[in-house]
Amino acid sequence: MEKRVTFKGIWLPLLLVLPQMVITAVFFFYPAGQAIWQSLFIPDPFGLSMQWVGLGNFEYLLSDPYYRASFATTALFTSLVAVVSMGVALYLAVLADRLIKGSGVYRTLLIWPYAVAPAVAGVLWMFMFNTRVGVVSWYLGLLGYDWNHVLNEGEAMGLVVIASAWGRISYNFLFFLAGLQSIPKSVIEAAAIDGARFWTRFRTIVFPLLSPTTFFLLVVNIVYAFFETFGVIHTITSGGPQQATTILVYKVYADGFVGQDLGSSAAQSVILLVIVMLLTVVQFKFVERRVHY
Amino acid sequence: MARNRKAPPPGMVEKRGAGYWLTHLGLIMGVLFIFFPIWLAFVASTVSQPEIVHPPMPLWPGDQLWENYSKALVSGINAPVATMLLNSLVMAMGIAVGKIIISLLSAFAIVYFRFPFRKVIFWLIFVTLMLPVEVRIVPTYEVVANFGMLNSYSGLIFPLIASATATFLFRQFFMTVPDELAEAARVDGARPMRFFWDIILPMSRTNIAALFVILFIYGWNQYLWPLLITTDPSMNTIVMGIKQMFPSGDDIADWPVIMATSILAMIPPVFVVVGMQRLFMRGLVDSEK
Repeated sequence: MEKRVTFKGIWLPLLLVLPQMVITAVFFFYPAGQAIWQSLFIPDPFGLSMQWVGLGNFEYLLSDPYYRASFATTALFTSLVAVVSMGVALYLAVLADRLIKGSGVYRTLLIWPYAVAPAVAGVLWMFMFNTRVGVVSWYLGLLGYDWNHVLNEGEAMGLVVIASAWGRISYNFLFFLAGLQSIPKSVIEAAAIDGARFWTRFRTIVFPLLSPTTFFLLVVNIVYAFFETFGVIHTITSGGPQQATTILVYKVYADGFVGQDLGSSAAQSVILLVIVMLLTVVQFKFVERRVHY
Repeated sequence: MARNRKAPPPGMVEKRGAGYWLTHLGLIMGVLFIFFPIWLAFVASTVSQPEIVHPPMPLWPGDQLWENYSKALVSGINAPVATMLLNSLVMAMGIAVGKIIISLLSAFAIVYFRFPFRKVIFWLIFVTLMLPVEVRIVPTYEVVANFGMLNSYSGLIFPLIASATATFLFRQFFMTVPDELAEAARVDGARPMRFFWDIILPMSRTNIAALFVILFIYGWNQYLWPLLITTDPSMNTIVMGIKQMFPSGDDIADWPVIMATSILAMIPPVFVVVGMQRLFMRGLVDSEK
């Protein structure tokens, strides 16, 4: 796509793109290049020089049981966050779509958690389930259930999943509701006249027509769970217990800043970079092509 | 997205009677699930420490609201929360305004000029769409440290505006501006920057506002980056400062003050979302295209 009418000049447009180019070069291309470069070295024990190891860091990482475990943890965490937040959001959106009046009120009541930072969401849920003062954990104790996400790996994972999904419901709800409302009502009414019950209509008409929205949200939620949930994990579990909640992004931080293992951390950055690129390609290839329309 | 249709026969698709109330019940349960953590945080910010550390804590607000909030704002735990609020405001505004300005300028250049390396520059910017700051934290940290920008506003802001989403949004919008306007401006002898100020900028008002809402929330809610580069408590932003308020070891956290701080951290972005709901939703849809 090109403009037919343009202005003359060479220096003015170069001047106009200069600020963005400088910031992008200094804070994006240089660091990204550095990450790739550093991933090919290991520092010597005194930190004085770097030793070339080629793809050694990658070979080491891919055979490292902790890194593989972190991959599995990320896969589990990401799918749970996507399923929980999208499932609850779709349920609420279907309900709101059935109302003739009042869906706007519910929308206002449901959208604002989008504005709550993941790190704040983490603090709120950690407070509710705190082993000493938490309300929910106290009442669970009354029921005879001894909640302790500091020691129990499954409970730790469950808590970071709920805290991450909670803030994301509003976003998914908005897109699901918009998707539902754009489905022509005549189609659904025709099916209703033919005697199809709600569940049949949903399964055979609504859900297939909603598939572009669902697929788009799936990609967006995977990206969210991968990269934007650092705050939740850092505030609630710090990756523990026994690395049970150490997702890949958390491991880059833990190895690079806490462990000071720069070569490994850089190699992990490069692997994440490849994952982001794959996700972006998937998004452009499939989401743009709007499966049904 | 509005439904442009006549009302269907009553009771056929939309629910009446028991089903109607069940629908409302389901939605209200959802709203309560969303609200409950915030309600608890609010209650905790209005009671005294002993009421919390001897569980179960009350579920209805107490009378310590003023004490807890003023203690948080004035003295805080490591730094006054008022200072952290100011830092967050500067960071969020810096990111939103900075990104909008550089993106408007470069999108204008890319759409309205033919100049050397235009395609290259376009692709260089495009690549940055893909890589969140979380992925390149270690080398970016080194760059910022080498510039002596640790514990500074510019260190908080600049690395986060190096991304292309806004540039793309404005490019898409400028492509829809009718060519006749630029033609008329040229015939009238207007120079490019006059065209930019008098025509393009006013036309982009809504896009700018919608983008501002999204970027403000994005900047306000940053966590990892401020955590790395603000070691001085007086430079902490409020979202990352909350975690720093927890004592290390076995000491008991000052829950009322921490929860008051959490509530304070939520108010500005929530206010922006609810107060500018239409712009917010437009920004969401735009920025995900």
